[in-house]
Amino acid sequence: MIYLQLLWVFIKIGVLGFGGGYAMLSLIQHEVVDHYAWMTTTEFADMVAISQMTPGPISINMATYVGYTAGGFGGSLLASFALCLPSIVMVYFVIRLMTSKKTGAFMSNLLKGLKPAIAGLIFAAGLSMMNAQNFVQIGKGENNISIVICVLAFVASYFFKANPILLIVLSGVVGYFVY
Amino acid sequence: MKLIWQLFSTFFKIGAFTLGGGYAMLSMVEKAVVDKKHWIPSDEFWDMIAIVQSLPGVFAVNTALYVGRRIAGKKGAAAAMLGAILPSIVIILLLATIFREYRDLPVVERIFKGIRPCVVALILAPSLRMIKSAKLNWKTAVIPVVTVALIWWLKVSPAWVILTAIAGSVVYALIINKKVKQKEAEP
Repeated sequence: MIYLQLLWVFIKIGVLGFGGGYAMLSLIQHEVVDHYAWMTTTEFADMVAISQMTPGPISINMATYVGYTAGGFGGSLLASFALCLPSIVMVYFVIRLMTSKKTGAFMSNLLKGLKPAIAGLIFAAGLSMMNAQNFVQIGKGENNISIVICVLAFVASYFFKANPILLIVLSGVVGYFVY
Repeated sequence: MKLIWQLFSTFFKIGAFTLGGGYAMLSMVEKAVVDKKHWIPSDEFWDMIAIVQSLPGVFAVNTALYVGRRIAGKKGAAAAMLGAILPSIVIILLLATIFREYRDLPVVERIFKGIRPCVVALILAPSLRMIKSAKLNWKTAVIPVVTVALIWWLKVSPAWVILTAIAGSVVYALIINKKVKQKEAEP
């Protein structure tokens, strides 16, 4: 049963995941945290950090992690494969159509139209993770450090395009000394 | 057979050593596929990337599948895809096993207490940059706002939001296509 669920979830994500790994965050979060409850929101945040810091496509990393958490070794292989399945079908059948200039232009316009919605999707995933589980003791004395880390990392990433892995490592060091 | 193996090992190396997702990988793929092995001419490679970028799914996997298929058919596609995803699967399996074993240690918990708010920032920042680069006007600015409200506030499934957005974008793309045609038709 869990295998069927993993297969269905990640095929869906492979079909609807326009715009790269981050665009899949919201889809994965909805299924994995809200719908099937394979992970808590804290585990989800940890998984994103680990997937970001390890080499390879972030979405494959997340699929493997979710699959492993939900269904062990078999689950991890199945989830990663399910995520690739729509691509296999697409590249096999669709790519010849796509290589015509006309469809190519149509697809790139389609993605342009989707972009604002994808950005909203990613932003919503970030907002959903801004909760008491991921921000230590909101409303109590100690809380401010979480918010300071978040704001500083945001400024470094948004304005200075700082390396995300460096930011994760630095925040980990801060966490080690502060908590 | 040698070619199949080369495809596998090329994409395996790319999968094992590129940090920072699909776009970081791109220059490595170009270097391997275009410059070093001369498998695909440069202009064809970039045309292909433009198409693959607009497809859904994992960008690295789509690229691997295309390059593999183009050079060595079905077997080539399979080899390149496996090469691209195998390092991820192995590394994450190892890390997940270790992490689930030690996550309750106070040291690990302290480190991750620091990391979690950073992860949130690392998700919010690129999404805002994306909104900025989409050059929205007051009409289209409604789209990301509505998307966020639907998913975050009303807990609508993102799948439905994407399907709706695709329908809207198809209409948009068709209108643009028509406009281009009209322009071309004018003397």
